[in-house]
Amino acid sequence: MDYMLNEDLLAIKEICIEIGEKHILPIRAELDEENKFPREIMNIIAQSDLFTIYIPEEYGGTGMGSMALAVATEELSRYCGGIAVSYAANALGAMPILLMGSEEQKKKYLPQLASGEKLCAFALTEPEAGSDAGGVKTRAIKDGDHYILNGTKQWITNGGEAQIYTVIALTDPERGARGASAFIVEDGTPGFSYGKKENKMGIRASATRELIFEDCRIPAENLISREGYGFMVAMKTLDNSRPGVAAQAVGIAQGALDEALKYSNERKQFGVKINSFQGLQFMLADMGTLIEAARALTYTAAGLIDSGAKNFNKVSAMAKVFASDVAMKVTTDAVQILGGYGYMKEYPVEKMMRDAKITQIYEGTNQIQRSVIAKAMIKEAHRK
Amino acid sequence: MKFVVAVKQVPDTAEVRIDPERGTLIRDGVPSIMNPFDTYALEEAMKWRDELGGVVTVITMGPPQAESVLREAISMGADDAILISDRAFAGADTWATSHTLAAAVAELGDVDAVFFGKQAIDGDTAQTGPSVAASLDWPQITFVGKVRELNKDFITAERYVETGMQIVQAELPVVLTILKDANVPRVPSLRGKMKSRKVQIPVWKLSDLGLTEAETGLNGSPTKVVVTATPEARTGGQIHEGSTQELVARLADLLLGEGGEA
Repeated sequence: MDYMLNEDLLAIKEICIEIGEKHILPIRAELDEENKFPREIMNIIAQSDLFTIYIPEEYGGTGMGSMALAVATEELSRYCGGIAVSYAANALGAMPILLMGSEEQKKKYLPQLASGEKLCAFALTEPEAGSDAGGVKTRAIKDGDHYILNGTKQWITNGGEAQIYTVIALTDPERGARGASAFIVEDGTPGFSYGKKENKMGIRASATRELIFEDCRIPAENLISREGYGFMVAMKTLDNSRPGVAAQAVGIAQGALDEALKYSNERKQFGVKINSFQGLQFMLADMGTLIEAARALTYTAAGLIDSGAKNFNKVSAMAKVFASDVAMKVTTDAVQILGGYGYMKEYPVEKMMRDAKITQIYEGTNQIQRSVIAKAMIKEAHRK
Repeated sequence: MKFVVAVKQVPDTAEVRIDPERGTLIRDGVPSIMNPFDTYALEEAMKWRDELGGVVTVITMGPPQAESVLREAISMGADDAILISDRAFAGADTWATSHTLAAAVAELGDVDAVFFGKQAIDGDTAQTGPSVAASLDWPQITFVGKVRELNKDFITAERYVETGMQIVQAELPVVLTILKDANVPRVPSLRGKMKSRKVQIPVWKLSDLGLTEAETGLNGSPTKVVVTATPEARTGGQIHEGSTQELVARLADLLLGEGGEA
């Protein structure tokens, strides 16, 4: 099913398939096993213009928007969820600049990101600030025409690999979330270093690392928007990026279903292919149906963002919740269909099951997302 | 620099089956692709263009539908393309094909190098590249596994041949045939794909090349296919067991034609 994708979106899909078949499939198990960042693949992605799709044309991009990003992320995720998130995290990191950055900031940073010359990361989470993003402790104190940053960010995707970081820090701790501000910090700035690289359950090709700021001085012009707008920048960023996580989940699930379909057509028990058993057929049918539903919701959310809609956080959260729950179920069932082989590392579905789990957790846990959805629904119902 | 890459549209042999009765290819429903070896030729030309500046022009001789491999080459980063297509070119062997391609290279003018894949996976002759060099009276380096140096005057390349590796230097203009050892072909880019959809691809006909019907196509082809046949399938061998002495004796019997079971 091509979802009536236009020529540009089909072109993106074809490029991702070519990258996946030729370059990701041969190395994904090794990257997973060795916890190794896919630098080569990022170079190929850059060369194929996939970093341009979420950057407007006036800043060196192709300006294709959220739907294009969803299609690319989904297709890459079909091959490797870890590589796909390393790609998509660039869009997440660039989002604060895209949404709220000044003209100077856009001109300076976006072309470097569009070309893939530099990678990007978004830094909000801290040891004590996960779902409660208002609990951020990292401080930014104004000192003349500089800000001085102190604190630690945790679990930052592309940490240590990216050159440009968008960081949320408190400029006015007394105002809590309203005292947060967003900053651009470049790799190599004195006082900015990296902590330990995490050893994760899944998406192991992606780099997840601590960022440490110790009297890190950055120019005042690196403030995104205004002081006190940091929390808003962060929330808008995540609302925009959630369809990306949903797309990642759809892709992982599709990859697992593809493997299950292939295996069940080859594996024989009791003298027949196991896909001739109705019990297994019903599993395949449910997996396929859930994936199509998740994909439709994901594309709806991405399309809504591209349409310029103001209120999309509900649908964006719904897509993320639904698609990630589908990914967990489908990958678990794929392991079940492959049976003992599915549990072994020689087959890719156990990796897919591990990769799927994070989609229920990051960019807002599914429990937080359900709160977001419910609050939005209740607000809508009572506005009338 | 002005580089030309000659590509060929071929049936995807991974999907081709042979009709054992007739000994012919079953082409029905088989997708056409760019000859895989040509992708290395294209990448090599683009790599040196990126390094030295200039343009990469891709040419192919074939029916109108061969245009799709030219668009594919543009999506990978070629600058422009020319389709060499005329009814008069149909049925060409490698001699007539080379003659026609050489005329196109001459027509382009000021070309520094022509890149070919080492051979096409359908005909497997590996003749067209060398034959174009002969037609143009240019030096040729075949089976290039690595281009060490390329500048406006000369090229130094490594040829990978059965007996080892040869380092060959030639003056430009030159004809090269490229092995897959040379590089990893790049993935098409989004901008390339967008361009490849819109670009107009000129078609050069017999009259554009200053050739005559006698020199091209079937008329210009000295090769005549008399018969094609499928070799008989080999039957399985025999396995004999026993002591060395017994086996030697039995083998001698068999070879001398006295073994009843041979």
